[in-house]
Amino acid sequence: MKSVLPLSTVLAALFVLWYGFAVWMNSPLQRDLFANAGNTAYSSSDLAVAALNMERPKLPAPHQVAGELYHLIIATAPDSKRSLVYHASITLQETLIGFFFGSLFGIGLAVAIVFVRPLERSLMPWIVASQTVPIIALAPMIVVILNQFDIGGMTPKAVIAAYLSFFPITVGMVKGLRSPDPLQLDLMRTYSATSSQMLFKLRTPSSLPFFFASMKIGAAAALVGAVIAEVTKSEDGGLGARLLAGSYYGQTVQIWAALFTAAALSGALVGAIGLVGRLTLRKMAFPT
Amino acid sequence: MPEAAKSDDFVIDVTDLSLTFETSDGPVKALSGVDLKIARGEFVSFIGPSGCGKTTLLRTVADLEQPSSGSIKVNGMTPSEARLNRAYGYVFQAPALYPWRTVASNIALPLEIMGVPKAERATRVARGLDLVNLSGFGNKYPWQLSGGMQQRASIARALSFDPDLLLMDEPFGALDEIVRDMLNEQLLRLWEKTGKTALFVTHSIPEAVFLSTRIVVMSPRPGRIHDVIECKFPRDRTLDIRETPAFLEVANRVRHGLREGHSYDV
Amino acid sequence: MNANRLADLGPPLLFGIVVLALWEAISRIAGVPAIILPAPSAIGLRIVTSVPTLAADFVQTMRGMVSGYLIGNAAGLIVAILIDRSPFLQRGLLPLGNLVSALPIIGVAPIMVMWFGFDWQSKAAVVVIMTFFPMLVNAAVGLSGAGAMERDLMKTYGASYEQTLSKLRLPAALPFVFNALKINTTLAMIGAIVAEFFGTPIVGMGFRISTEVGHLSIDMVWATIAVAAVTGSAFYALIALIERRATFWHASYRAR
Repeated sequence: MKSVLPLSTVLAALFVLWYGFAVWMNSPLQRDLFANAGNTAYSSSDLAVAALNMERPKLPAPHQVAGELYHLIIATAPDSKRSLVYHASITLQETLIGFFFGSLFGIGLAVAIVFVRPLERSLMPWIVASQTVPIIALAPMIVVILNQFDIGGMTPKAVIAAYLSFFPITVGMVKGLRSPDPLQLDLMRTYSATSSQMLFKLRTPSSLPFFFASMKIGAAAALVGAVIAEVTKSEDGGLGARLLAGSYYGQTVQIWAALFTAAALSGALVGAIGLVGRLTLRKMAFPT
Repeated sequence: MPEAAKSDDFVIDVTDLSLTFETSDGPVKALSGVDLKIARGEFVSFIGPSGCGKTTLLRTVADLEQPSSGSIKVNGMTPSEARLNRAYGYVFQAPALYPWRTVASNIALPLEIMGVPKAERATRVARGLDLVNLSGFGNKYPWQLSGGMQQRASIARALSFDPDLLLMDEPFGALDEIVRDMLNEQLLRLWEKTGKTALFVTHSIPEAVFLSTRIVVMSPRPGRIHDVIECKFPRDRTLDIRETPAFLEVANRVRHGLREGHSYDV
Repeated sequence: MNANRLADLGPPLLFGIVVLALWEAISRIAGVPAIILPAPSAIGLRIVTSVPTLAADFVQTMRGMVSGYLIGNAAGLIVAILIDRSPFLQRGLLPLGNLVSALPIIGVAPIMVMWFGFDWQSKAAVVVIMTFFPMLVNAAVGLSGAGAMERDLMKTYGASYEQTLSKLRLPAALPFVFNALKINTTLAMIGAIVAEFFGTPIVGMGFRISTEVGHLSIDMVWATIAVAAVTGSAFYALIALIERRATFWHASYRAR
């Protein structure tokens, strides 16, 4: 709570800076527009106001972005192809499906790594190496390959979302499953606990903080995957497709609106997981 | 100005010192009405149960804590001025050596900060290593040394810039008894050789009696001085003195004082 | 020591070779169409015959990636040091930094193209934004991490803020700084390549991938990905090597 004042101060300052930059960056173009229209008798405040309301600004002003967001979210029917709600729901579906399967695979892999020693030594280096490959670069290719199998629509994007989310979840869960104090593990052994008993009674509860932390990262990664995948196959819509469309047609404000929506979606997902996490951990008496 | 001359004779002059901490459980009186005068060249031990304020007193001398009331003068100055004047060397319970520096480089750290030129730094470091019998280990890293050796390096570091005052907070607490005995003897020789004034916080009665010229027994809640015991053993003493009746008599007096202090406990 | 290192390499290397061999065998035997998944040998051939193209793409993407990486990390570190003296600014900026790290930053690529043009500068700008926040957050955490005892020691020497910063807190922060540098190698590669999906002159790894996919020349796509994989791994390994030299003293190296 004590971050509220500093945070709002910083945000307010950023807001003011944004307006300043918008005037500064848009003015040259606005001057040209005035000149082309034969308008030479404008004051600097006229210039500033005009610069903040351009149709194709270099940097849209905050109120322009807000206006576009209002227009595309509230003022447009949710099932229209112009609505950001429509595109956001597409992206959200891909993200959630991908995140779900990515989590399943990630957690399963983590359990396997913790219980089957040789698996870690042969597999982990490759998994780590795979993350140094910009997996996202595979997005266009995965889309094409799945297309050959007549698998289109959301699936390729969900696959990419799943691929991007599984690694942070695996790494986090391996750390979490290994986090119990060695003393606790020894104690379980004195009870002749089986591996699965140790898994469920000790390792899983201990890993909860790591679980929620890595789920947050995984969810954000899944969203990024879905958005980028949509850029490469934009016919099916989604926020990434809107980003691409805005970029092709020079619709700056549209790009910003799509970006803000994606950011809001990401924030909402991570925030929701964080909330569930805090409540669960508090209930289980973890220090939060 | 006889008053001023008198206070200048004392390296440390504590008058009616009080310090209250604000904690989440309410105010805690760490020190209450402490009066103490320490002359040059003394070795003064502070002993007492936890919460008696011995570490707090040491930290206040070092300007690491601010008193709530009362006065304290170090070398005739306020603790703050004394600190900026580099009047003392501090040794913590843990060696607190920087792992990215070699032992020699660690000992040179205060010298670097104080702007001592490179050549002089080298001579002082060599002298410091010699003083604590660590010559030849200058190029090692702290984590390559045993706990006892690290603590010796920490003492060498505290002495490298030749302060008058040596402040030590349970420096040997984490070491085993044999190493501790050895280091006690080495510290005594070092003190004898350099003539520093030493303030030494400890939990160990034999250690306090062996090393000190005076022992300050403190008691908790509120932290205050319970007893001050003079110790006049010959300066060239060895560890054998711990078996003598004179030693045991002083140790018993200390123990008695501690027990009395403790009787306010639950 | 060397024998241990080789033994460490054994299992993953063996695993990799087995996978490659299986891949090759399945491709030939099952006759998997090259459009779906070319055999490793076909990819290898493609790499060897396309060196000039691959090299030109590599150089173009590297221009954006390396300059963005250097600027973004430097900026993150410098800002962390600048806000070090102001707990107020820290409490305002760091939660923001954490939030921004979770966002799809890559989406700013089209905006950067609009501001900096089609060439590598816009890609560098994307990389700067992507690497700035992880470095800022990690460096800030690192700077706050020096122990109370060590800081008290500096006080007893009458050390100034600058001396305490340079002799204690910055060295102590290095492990965190390198953590961010390693994370950022991946982010930089992703940023540089994916930013090219949004518009680029006719050269660059991201460009190559997206256009060759359109031509269904999947072997060329895989060839480019292979180059990207090697580059990414080498980059990460380089940073890890520098980290080892700079933070050899850290407990994590001794607990082996």
